[in-house]
Amino acid sequence: MPGLIQSIERSSAVLRLLADGPGRLRVKQIADALDLPKSTAQSILRTLTHIGFAEQDPRTARYRLGRALLDLSSTGLDANELRAHTLNWADALASRSGEEVYVGALRAGPAGQGPELLVVHHVFRPDDSAQSMNTGRVLPAHATALGQVLLAYRVAAAEDVLAAGLMAYTRGTVTTRQALTRTLAATRAQGWALSVEEWQAGRAGIAAPVRTFGGLVVGAIGISGPVERLCDTRRQARPALVEHVVAAGRAISRDLSGPQP
Amino acid sequence: MTDRYILAIDQGTTSSRCIVFDRRATVVALARAEHPQSYPQPGWVEHDAARVWRDVRKLITRALRDAGLTADKIAAIGIANQRETTVVWERATGRPVAPAIVWQDTRTAPLLDGLDPDVLRERTGLPPATYFSATKVRWLLDSIPGLRSKADRGEVLFGTMDSWLIWNLTGGLHVTDVTNASRTQLMNLATLDWDPVLLEMFAIPRAMLPEIRSSAEVYGTADGLGVPIAAAIGDQQAALFGQTCFEPGDAKCTYGTGGFLLLNTGTTPVRSAHGLITTVGYRIGSQPPVFALEGSIAIAGSLVQWMRDGLGLIGTAAEIETLAATVTDNGGCYIVPAFSGLFAPHWRSDTRGVIVGLTSYVTKAHLARAVLEATAWQTRDVVDAMNADSGLALTTLNVDGGMTADNLLMQIVADVLDVPVARPMVAETVSLGAAYAAGLAVGYWSDPRDLRANRHRAGRWLPTMDPAKRATEHATWRRAIAAAVLFSSP
Repeated sequence: MPGLIQSIERSSAVLRLLADGPGRLRVKQIADALDLPKSTAQSILRTLTHIGFAEQDPRTARYRLGRALLDLSSTGLDANELRAHTLNWADALASRSGEEVYVGALRAGPAGQGPELLVVHHVFRPDDSAQSMNTGRVLPAHATALGQVLLAYRVAAAEDVLAAGLMAYTRGTVTTRQALTRTLAATRAQGWALSVEEWQAGRAGIAAPVRTFGGLVVGAIGISGPVERLCDTRRQARPALVEHVVAAGRAISRDLSGPQP
Repeated sequence: MTDRYILAIDQGTTSSRCIVFDRRATVVALARAEHPQSYPQPGWVEHDAARVWRDVRKLITRALRDAGLTADKIAAIGIANQRETTVVWERATGRPVAPAIVWQDTRTAPLLDGLDPDVLRERTGLPPATYFSATKVRWLLDSIPGLRSKADRGEVLFGTMDSWLIWNLTGGLHVTDVTNASRTQLMNLATLDWDPVLLEMFAIPRAMLPEIRSSAEVYGTADGLGVPIAAAIGDQQAALFGQTCFEPGDAKCTYGTGGFLLLNTGTTPVRSAHGLITTVGYRIGSQPPVFALEGSIAIAGSLVQWMRDGLGLIGTAAEIETLAATVTDNGGCYIVPAFSGLFAPHWRSDTRGVIVGLTSYVTKAHLARAVLEATAWQTRDVVDAMNADSGLALTTLNVDGGMTADNLLMQIVADVLDVPVARPMVAETVSLGAAYAAGLAVGYWSDPRDLRANRHRAGRWLPTMDPAKRATEHATWRRAIAAAVLFSSP
C-alpha cells in the first residue's frame, strides 16, 4: 500500500507486544516474535525509549511500556522539567538581548475558560535593578507573544481560547477571531511572534517556539521590554533581537530532542 | 576578526559537561552526559574512570560541533571537577587499577580510628572523615595485592579527577591544582605541598602523588587539539570563582548532588570553631593563595534522585517540584538524608538517615516537600555555623547549580534562612569558574575586575514565611537530626 510507513507499523507491533508482556521482554524476544532483524528491533526500541513510549528496566535490561503513554493528552513535558532544560539558554538570551526573559507553557484554565499561559521561568533584565520574580504567574495567551507562539502551533488550544472569548487588556489586544487567526498564521509563517502593547501599554514581547522530538511545540521562550527597545520606529521587531530569541528557542529544542545520555 | 572562546569541562559526580563560553561569559554551546553510579555494597559509591574520560572526550567534540567551532578558535581549556574522588592508574598503560572511589563513599570509616584529629585539622584544615582522598588511597593500597610496592616504585599514580583528565588529555602529565590537593587531606595548608607527616600517617608513598600547581596556569597542551589546558580547580571553588566572590566575606552556595557553601576569607586561612572546613579557594599563577571556609551538605540533589531511582515516586528530577507543589506543607514529615553520615556542622560519619513524623495523612507529595525542605534546613545549619565563625550575618545567599532550576526549593531556602536568595545570570558557575581561571591564565581576560562586569542577577526569591512558623519548624528539624543521631548510635 503506497504512503504507509513501515517503521510506524512495526513500532505499533512492538508496543502491543510490550503491553502484552509488561517488563518481561528482551530485544531478542521482540525481534523473534515479529520476525525482524535484532538490529531493527533494537533501533525501534531505542527510539520508543527516547520518546518515552518504552522503558528499559536498568536491572534486568527487559523492556516495558513507558510512562509517556499514560499521558498522551499532555505535551509529555513537565513544566518544571521544561524550566530545567531552558535555564542556561534563558540566561544567555537575557545577557545577549539585555532584556527580561520569559519561558511559558500552556495549561488548562479554570472551567469555562480557555487554556492560559503559565510563566515557567523568568530571568531578570541584566541591569541589576530591583525586579520581582514572575515565575508561576498566569498570563492571557492571546495577548502575549509567548501565548501567541503556543497557540499558533496548538490548533485545539487556539479554538478553546476563541470559544472562551478574547478579553481586551489594551486598545491593541487582539479580540476578534479573524484578527487572532491572522496573527497566528503570521506567527507560523515567520516562526516567531511579536506582540506590541497588546497586554500592557508601552510594552512589547518577542517569542519563539521550543520544540521536542518530532517538532512538537512544548513551550515558548521570549523577551519582554519597552516598545522602543524591542521595536524600531515603525513598531517592527528589531531583527537582532528576533535572531537571539529564535536562536535560544532552537538551542533548547536541540537539547530537548537531542541524543539521550 | 573572529573572536576566540574558552572551553570549560565540568566533571561532576553524576554527569560531565563541556561548555563553550564567549568573552562576555555567555554560554555558546553545552554538551552533557550522565555516567552511572555504582553501589556495589552499602556505603560504597564508585565511578568508572575510563568511562568518564571517554565521555569527556566525546563531549569536547560535541560542544565544538554545536558551537560550529574548530579547536583553533579555543583560547584555552579549563577543568573543574568533583573533588576527593580517587583514581589510581598504571603509569605504563593509563589503565585504572580499580573503580574510582567517590567522595560520598564511606567504606573507609574503620581507617579513621586512631587518627589524631588535632594533627589533621592543624595541618590540613580538615577533620578526619571518609570524605577526603587520603583514606581512599590507603584503602586501595591495602586492598589490592601488590599495589603498595608498585606505588612505592611510582608505577601506579594517584589523582583526583582533574589529574586523571589532564593525564589523559595531555598524554601523560601528572599534576593537580592546589584546591584539589587541599581536599586530599595530604597537603599542608601552610606550605601548600604534600606533608611528610601526613604521608606517613596514611602510609601513602610520595612517588604516586601528582605535582601541585596553581589553579590557573598553562599545565600543558591537549593532544590532537593543540589547545592549552590552563586551569584546574575543584568544582566548589570553581563556583566561588565563577560567582566572582573575589573579596573576603563573599559567599555562595551551589546546589547539585550535594550542597556546598563557601565563604572567601582572604589570604589567611580562618580556623573554624563550628565544624566547618578550611580550604584553599583558588590560586592564580604565582599570586598568593586565597582561602575559604566551607560547609558542605552531603545530600541535596541526590535525595531527589533517590526519590526517582530508589523509590520511583517521580519520573524525572524536575517533577519533584510539581509533586511538592500539590501540597502546602510537609504534613508533619521530616527527612534527614544522612545517607553517608552527617556533614558540617555535625560531622557524624556513623549517622544514617531517618524519615520521622509519619502518619497515615502523609502522602508522596508531603515526602516530596520534605525532600526539598531537607536541603533548605541543611543549608540553614551551615549558614548558622558560618555566621558564628566569621562573626558576620549573611545578608544574601548567592546560589547556583542545577537545583536552582527548582523554583519552589529556592523559595523554601529563602523562607528558612530569612534572607533573600539570588541567582546569577549564569547558573553553570562551576564551568564558568573554570573558564574564568583558564581565561585569566592565557590573558583572554586581563583582570578579575573585568569578570565582575559580566555578573548580573537573574532571579531573586524573598522570604515570606511567618517568623513564628520558621522557629517552630526549625526546632522540629533539630529534633529530627537528634532522632537520626540517636537511631544510629548503638
